[in-house]
Amino acid sequence: MSRNVSLTLQNTGDSRPIIEAIVADNATAQVREFPSMTKIDCPDKLVIRAGSVTSRIGRAWDVQEIHLSVISLSGTVDEEEDEFTLFWK
Amino acid sequence: MSVVSLKPGYTGKVADVEENFHGARLLNIHWEGHLNYCAALCFPLPPDLPFGALISDVVGPIYGLDADWAGIDWAQVRWTLDGAPFTPDFEKSLGAQGFVHKSLLRFWTAAEREAA
Amino acid sequence: MNASAPKKMSLKQKYALMTRGVDWTPTYQKPEDFYPYAQFEGIKIHDWDAWEDPFRLTVDSYWKFQAEKERKLYAVIDSIAQNNAQTGITDPRYLNAVKLFIQGVTPLEYQAHRHFAHLARHLPGAGVRIAAQMQSIDELRHTQTQIHTISHYNKFFDGMHDFQHMHDRLWYLSVPKSFFDDAVTAGPFEFLTAISFAFEYVLTNLLFVPFMSGAAYNGDLATVTFGFSAQSDESRHMTLGLEAVRFLLEQDEGNVPIVQKWIDKWFWRGYRLLSLVSMMMDYMLPKKVMSWAEAWEMYYEDAGGALFADLARYGIKPPKYADVASKEKDRISHEVWTVFYNYTHAAAIHTWDVDDAHLDWLSEKYPATFDKHYRDRYLTWRGQAAEGKRFYNNGLPMLCNLCQIPMAFSEPDDPSTICFRDSTYNGAKYHFCSDGCKDIFDNEPEKYVQSWLPVHQIYQGNCGGASVEDVLKWYHIDLGTDNLDFAGSPEDKMWQSWKNPGAKPESDLPLAAE
Repeated sequence: MSRNVSLTLQNTGDSRPIIEAIVADNATAQVREFPSMTKIDCPDKLVIRAGSVTSRIGRAWDVQEIHLSVISLSGTVDEEEDEFTLFWK
Repeated sequence: MSVVSLKPGYTGKVADVEENFHGARLLNIHWEGHLNYCAALCFPLPPDLPFGALISDVVGPIYGLDADWAGIDWAQVRWTLDGAPFTPDFEKSLGAQGFVHKSLLRFWTAAEREAA
Repeated sequence: MNASAPKKMSLKQKYALMTRGVDWTPTYQKPEDFYPYAQFEGIKIHDWDAWEDPFRLTVDSYWKFQAEKERKLYAVIDSIAQNNAQTGITDPRYLNAVKLFIQGVTPLEYQAHRHFAHLARHLPGAGVRIAAQMQSIDELRHTQTQIHTISHYNKFFDGMHDFQHMHDRLWYLSVPKSFFDDAVTAGPFEFLTAISFAFEYVLTNLLFVPFMSGAAYNGDLATVTFGFSAQSDESRHMTLGLEAVRFLLEQDEGNVPIVQKWIDKWFWRGYRLLSLVSMMMDYMLPKKVMSWAEAWEMYYEDAGGALFADLARYGIKPPKYADVASKEKDRISHEVWTVFYNYTHAAAIHTWDVDDAHLDWLSEKYPATFDKHYRDRYLTWRGQAAEGKRFYNNGLPMLCNLCQIPMAFSEPDDPSTICFRDSTYNGAKYHFCSDGCKDIFDNEPEKYVQSWLPVHQIYQGNCGGASVEDVLKWYHIDLGTDNLDFAGSPEDKMWQSWKNPGAKPESDLPLAAE
């Protein structure tokens, strides 16, 4: 049975390239805009690839920079060197 | 068990023992069907207070602000004291009629509002 | 000598080295002496190494990111002060939500700071100790940023000046205070289930969305800013909560019924605490985000479904009385507003009469209950206020012995009847607003017979004196300023003078901050 994982980010300059990377790399991601924040839902798994964000901002993006943008999340977290993943076990 | 505690045999000091209220007992009283009063009222009252004084002097000034209070037919009022049906004697004291510390008195003054 | 540069460690390796790598097993002290709080709750942990650290944040990275958040936040705080941003809120009545926050929530952040520091010492696993240590610092940061931010409003508006003192004494603030006192006097595993899981994972959006979105909709730049700054830490906190509960459930089958009982208890305690937020959402936001009922549906009924489906494989069931919470969603905000309207003379916030546009919004959002049970009451009150007889309840309310809220909640199946439940313990009566609260008392009565109930304490003579005025002074309520209806209050008059500069000013337009 499919269940959504979810990530909510602040609407800041830092978050925009992250959101773009997520949409580009997760075909089934749904994006909803709210005042001040953006919520992204995705069935079962969502991946943020560091390389995807890096290519959009012109400098090396550290996966842990997500801490500056995240508001809320739902799902199990796996934080690796090159990827940040949300999934249900 | 009465509490999960680091050391066995834990007991807590009871905050609201009757002795702490200087001769009074707490009484909770609630006029049903009038939720403009958000909750039951709580008063410290001497056990020898006549029931009539409870109505006229204690809750009367508060409930009296409601338009329904003046027209109450006290002979038709239904009461429960601590969950059991109760018929008050307005002359007798609270203590003589079964009011204990933290008793709850509920009353219904309009037949159409009584719960089925 | 090695000619090549050492290979940079991976995130996993660095994290392992700087956390597990610096841990040790005591060799000349017994584990149960080294960790004296880890056994008494009956929770069994066989292998702490099975703890998975979701975020691999080491202290050096932690400082870097937190410092960045602070720099951004304080720049905004400076800007708010310099630009008199307090004049940009939609309506000054909105600030009563902020007053509730600083009085009710900020002191809890401080308690969380203290208790996570305790957990950072007393939990046997290195991974969870690291997470607890960072959370302790996070919560202190939250306390400080909230105080800094709201201090700007305190220059102009009322009720915020003595928030810590009031938190410890006022009747409605004993609700959040007793909630957290209950948590910090529990053992470490119950605390993790209560706060990290139930409060910061399951129920967190029902605190965050109302306050922060409410702020965003109502021009409160300050609260939005500290809110988002704090929320970025919350994602680490909520993952700690979920991981902690999963870990406990996986370690031993015997842990499941213990954790289930804690989930039932803390869902209900957290839900009752949030009734204050329901009132704030439906009544204190001039520009409304959504109704409490809608928020409950979105953030509990829908989101909770996915979560408890995930935990079902451990044998965990959704919280007991969740069905009651759903039944009550059309009522609790109105019931709690009624409490505050009744007792505004004794509160450090204002309430007011509900205007027609607001009445219509409430009718639309609550078609099953509002017109039937609440509209007439508000119209009657408005009429009384117009005649100069604004209603204040001069009797003190009956409080629930567990959640300490005035017993204004109705029977689950009957909105017109107050719900009364009671227990007798050691010959004394105890009263509760609900089966949820009664169950918690019955399970650990030795804890709750100690409850410091504000109404009972006043009657014992422990609150400054016998008269209402004595008690309000003991509360540090500034009479005629912090309390009573918003209409005609000093901050109402001040706001009028800001917005109508042509009229004779009652107070000066605020100058730029020094």
